[in-house]
Amino acid sequence: MTSSVLVHAVAVARLPSFDVHAWRSELLERLTAGLRVVTLYGRRSHEKEGTVIITAVLQGADRSLQVLRTCVDAQLGYHELTTERPALHCFERELHEQTGLRVAAHPWLKPVRFQGQAQAAMNDYPFYRIEGKEVHEVAVGPIHAGVIEPGSFRFMCQGEQVHHLEIQLGYQHRGVEARLLQLPPARLAPLIETIAGDTSVAHTWAYCAAVEQLCARELPLEVEVARAVALELERIAMHLATLSGLAADIGFLQGATSYGRLRTTAINTLMLLCGSRFGRGALRPGGTGMSLSSELLPQVLDNLELLRVDLAIINDCFLSARTVRHRLREVGVLSRERALQLGVVGVVARASGVACDARDGVSQGAYQVQPVALCTAAEGDCFARAQVRIAEMDASLGWLSIMLARHPGFARSRPPLPALAPGQLVVSIVEGFRGEVVHCLETGASDTLVHYKVQDPSLRNWMGLALAVRGNEISDFPICNKSFDLSYCGHDL
Amino acid sequence: MSLLKSLRVRASQGSQYVADLRSAVPRGFRGLPVISDASCASECRACAEVCPTRAIALSPVTLDLGRCVFCNECVQVCPQEKIAFSANPRMGGGTREQLLVRQEAEEVMKVRASATFSKLFGRSLKLRQVSAGGCNACELELNALANVNFDLQRFGIEWVASPRHADALVLSGPITVAMANAVQLAWDAMPEPRFLAVVGACAISGGLYEHAQSVERGFLGHVGPALYVPGCPPHPLTFANAILDLLGVA
Ligand code: SF4
Repeated sequence: MTSSVLVHAVAVARLPSFDVHAWRSELLERLTAGLRVVTLYGRRSHEKEGTVIITAVLQGADRSLQVLRTCVDAQLGYHELTTERPALHCFERELHEQTGLRVAAHPWLKPVRFQGQAQAAMNDYPFYRIEGKEVHEVAVGPIHAGVIEPGSFRFMCQGEQVHHLEIQLGYQHRGVEARLLQLPPARLAPLIETIAGDTSVAHTWAYCAAVEQLCARELPLEVEVARAVALELERIAMHLATLSGLAADIGFLQGATSYGRLRTTAINTLMLLCGSRFGRGALRPGGTGMSLSSELLPQVLDNLELLRVDLAIINDCFLSARTVRHRLREVGVLSRERALQLGVVGVVARASGVACDARDGVSQGAYQVQPVALCTAAEGDCFARAQVRIAEMDASLGWLSIMLARHPGFARSRPPLPALAPGQLVVSIVEGFRGEVVHCLETGASDTLVHYKVQDPSLRNWMGLALAVRGNEISDFPICNKSFDLSYCGHDL
Repeated sequence: MSLLKSLRVRASQGSQYVADLRSAVPRGFRGLPVISDASCASECRACAEVCPTRAIALSPVTLDLGRCVFCNECVQVCPQEKIAFSANPRMGGGTREQLLVRQEAEEVMKVRASATFSKLFGRSLKLRQVSAGGCNACELELNALANVNFDLQRFGIEWVASPRHADALVLSGPITVAMANAVQLAWDAMPEPRFLAVVGACAISGGLYEHAQSVERGFLGHVGPALYVPGCPPHPLTFANAILDLLGVA
């Protein structure tokens, strides 16, 4: 396989069968040995009524993936692992919410997104409360003041200080995962592109890579490069959007306008290649909807050069401005220890000194022929998250200029695909601009899908935000929130 | 030192605004579809079948922009090059029917001006955006209208934070069950005269989520939109032109 992204396939029948106790202790053992949890999810078994199949995907230091599976009676369930391994909290909550599986003694089984029946209870859900003198609560949402997605925030404050923030999401829940099973598996791209509309390329790549694995289809390097070009343009564009918003929130208007107009250049470049400023239609299973002709090339290169030159100027101004440093430093700190404990991913993790990037150290494809620098910062504050974004844009621009010099053109291609292999489980991981996007597809006896699990990095990172604002002034929440810049619909699905 | 840096930014920024929003055509954009007079291969239904939102009706071929997500699939399966997408961003309508693209369609799709709206809002229009299941693509494009490139404020059109201050509700997303009530509350909080604009395939028709379980579109059953802005997501120029057309601004 030549895929530039991490793809792992196993025949479901060949997975070792653990009973739930063995599964639980095996999982704990491997986590203790230093493996990282990538995802953990479940589905109601079609074969055996009343049981739930749980799948855990772990990653070793060598990047290899391992799958641990068990099947358990929904009523019996298993004893929670969140207390010992807080990184599992969102997975266990989601598992319980989606399958009804008993997760015994779990400290906080609040629904992740209030799907299905739970929706009716959403408005009555008891938030945590804080009591005593000089305490008060601030409720915001679901509709916010700006032109953004909905979500609900409840701040528990002592004076101006945030003691705790409880985030309630689910307002964006459209039922993506259910919808994905209703359509032919090879034709899901337009829907996948709307899982998180700002992460269309990363999600669609994860989908395409998984489907191609199921079809045993290898792609020419040219197509891999075209996809990576789209992914890096998406990253640059969204980092610019975040920085523009962050600058606006601290009243640094030159940053807001400059980063804002440079984003226009970045997304217009993507549009030149695929017809959409958001990379819609750029990736399709087996091929690409992008083309870079010799007529287009000069314009694309000019745009990238403009980004390189003008970004350096505004970055210098932004990073050294006293007002920026004053407002962003030591605000919204997520320590490295916390980051590891919570299992946050992507920019947020890297800004807290955790070196993780799905593009790093790949053994084949576009990022192997030309690696892209891994960017980290140590402080874990709003400033560090801005710094990492800026460094990543530079790294992506450098990567793009080298790759486009080597591959100065690519053409649309859409070869027909064979049927999907039955009885397979495929996991694919793509480093989107927020962090790792994980898709897990399972085929049944025929070439249809029995399960499609989507995981946006936001699922794991929202709790990082909740903890990072503790002890901060409530008025700093907007900049903390912007510095994380998480997806609502990607979380709510 | 910091002043010098600031001046360098100013110099590099130059002037960024799109001078004429009305005639600008974004290079490479997949915009207004054009249906040619090529005759279809007999019995061919390829485009209608491949369309993920059932936007295409046959004999004669018509394309419903209220459903289309501009995925380009129909173009790729057609043996006759019957459908092509132009870069023209100007699309929209005051009624749902006006979003149908036919073979004999005019080259420009213009929203009909409303004398009432022109009088009421022609010089100042405050918009409140609500996302109800929007994927953040529509939201980002609507936000972009206020950046230095599109600068819709030049026409007195602005985003406001409260529905109380708004003349129009700009709705994106298919309307999730969990947001149905909030959308209604936002609408109820708006003083009259007011109007509703629906943006993007999701809001207009449900789009890819038309039959999704967690979508509740009852609100649109009793509040009729005055403006439909198609796209997935609509380009800022699409929204800008549609609203300027409606207000009768030249
Ligand atoms: S481009 Fe529009 S009409 Fe054509 S297949 Fe896609 S959604 Fe349907």
